[in-house]
Amino acid sequence: MSEQKIFCKGGGCGAKLGAGLLHRILERLPKQSFDENLLVGFDCRDDAAVYRLSEDMAVVHTLDFFPPMVENPYTFGQIAAANALSDIYAMGGEVKTALNIVCFPENSDINILGEIMRGGMEKVAESGGTLAGGHSIADSEIKYGLSVTGIVNPKKIYKNNGGRKGDLLVLTKKLGVGLICMASRVGEASEEALSEAVRSMTTLNKYAARISKEYEVHGCTDVTGFGFLGHLHEMMGGRLSCMVYGDRVPYIEEARHLAEEFLITAAGQKNRNHTGGFVRFENVDFATEEILFDPQTSGGLLIALGERDALKMTEEMKKEGIPAEIVGEITERQDIEITVKG
Amino acid sequence: MIKVNAVGDACPIPVVKTKNAVKELGGAGEVEILVDNEIAVQNIKKMAVQKGWEAFSERLSADRFRVVIKVGETSADSTSEKEEEIVCSPIKKRENKVVAISSDVMGEGNRELGEVLIKSFIFALTKQDSLPDTILFYNGGARLTCEGSPALEDLRLLESMGCEILTCGTCLDFYSLKESLAVGSVTNMYAIAEKLMGADLIIKP
Repeated sequence: MSEQKIFCKGGGCGAKLGAGLLHRILERLPKQSFDENLLVGFDCRDDAAVYRLSEDMAVVHTLDFFPPMVENPYTFGQIAAANALSDIYAMGGEVKTALNIVCFPENSDINILGEIMRGGMEKVAESGGTLAGGHSIADSEIKYGLSVTGIVNPKKIYKNNGGRKGDLLVLTKKLGVGLICMASRVGEASEEALSEAVRSMTTLNKYAARISKEYEVHGCTDVTGFGFLGHLHEMMGGRLSCMVYGDRVPYIEEARHLAEEFLITAAGQKNRNHTGGFVRFENVDFATEEILFDPQTSGGLLIALGERDALKMTEEMKKEGIPAEIVGEITERQDIEITVKG
Repeated sequence: MIKVNAVGDACPIPVVKTKNAVKELGGAGEVEILVDNEIAVQNIKKMAVQKGWEAFSERLSADRFRVVIKVGETSADSTSEKEEEIVCSPIKKRENKVVAISSDVMGEGNRELGEVLIKSFIFALTKQDSLPDTILFYNGGARLTCEGSPALEDLRLLESMGCEILTCGTCLDFYSLKESLAVGSVTNMYAIAEKLMGADLIIKP
């Protein structure tokens, strides 16, 4: 059967394989024998795998790596690490150890790799974890990331689809970093916008996660390659619907301008193809649509929790300098899964 | 006509090149863009819709696509964003035809015959002087846009000639066909209702 091949180069989480494509392959793999201690596996499409060791202890496993989306190798290392570590936080876990994953061309300047790994190591240290080793192979293109192991109490796992009707949705980072990084490659993004995007991508979700633990979190995921709407769709788990306040979703200002100028990405369009069928836009302009489909690298946490908790948590996060906003609410299941109102 | 070669370019470069070429036109005219992937085609068309330009695309080979953008007199000035009047001007006014296909057979009676009939109906559509703007597939009709459908080739041809092909997402889900969609894109009931309400002519085979 002839399949359409789609190639459009881009680093960061925009380099993910399309969700549809991946799902098709996973479905065809032979079923494994059931292990009751595997609390979160890949049939849940959650952020990381969770395996129970004892009644109050489970390990969280995740790995993430990708090609560079910024020019500076040290910054790239920081972003790749922050992005990989994020999955532990999205599960409500605590980082313990990390292993480097490296692909590097043999004939390139090895100092570049040194800078990448320095950036990565700093973020692992900031997370409170320990870098414990790694694996590297010669490859034609640079790729870097981490395999991270964390721990979590099995009763306190943040499932991505645990949200409840009436919950509010809180997003802890601004959107638009995909648009800005891509535009920066063609010289169309300003220095200020790029540095704001870099600041956002190198910020660990550790701080937002720590504050969230003071509240009763029902569901949580981190917003990465599938974009805000793609990850929100996974959060609904075919069981819930939601309304997004289109005018309250935080984004880096210049992303809107870039979308209006059609500096639009391939990965954003792939996200639209995959998730667009679940979404209805009401009074939402084109630029906002693009921002909501924009693939994020090291994006923020998207948290579902009760109204009172959501209000207090958002306020507390803002005091700590986290650009958190309440961006929507969960409703019972409706014909249209996600409605975005302008 | 300005020709743009964006083969080998990653997004957003094909879109940027297209935008610059339209600017270069400085008025009404056509821009032809060659790209090597379908996503770039979709992104260029997305811009065209926003700008109020007409756009057609065709697949030349496995990794070659040709997109033609037609810029009208009024919309050429890129500083004046799409204005409502343009849509209402009598020159642009033409019938908006929507074909709604709700089953994988045509008519009632023998099923085998019905399958042959729907296939030849879609083939016949490709031969019409005036093509439908949109073809909607829902309920059993959803099977026609998925892998294994006998009408795929004709539907791809219609799409390359500018027909919008939309399949109901709920229906794909229901029949577990989500991953098999082979032509056009997924839509929802809101958009289907909007297409039907906005049609001047609805054809139900």
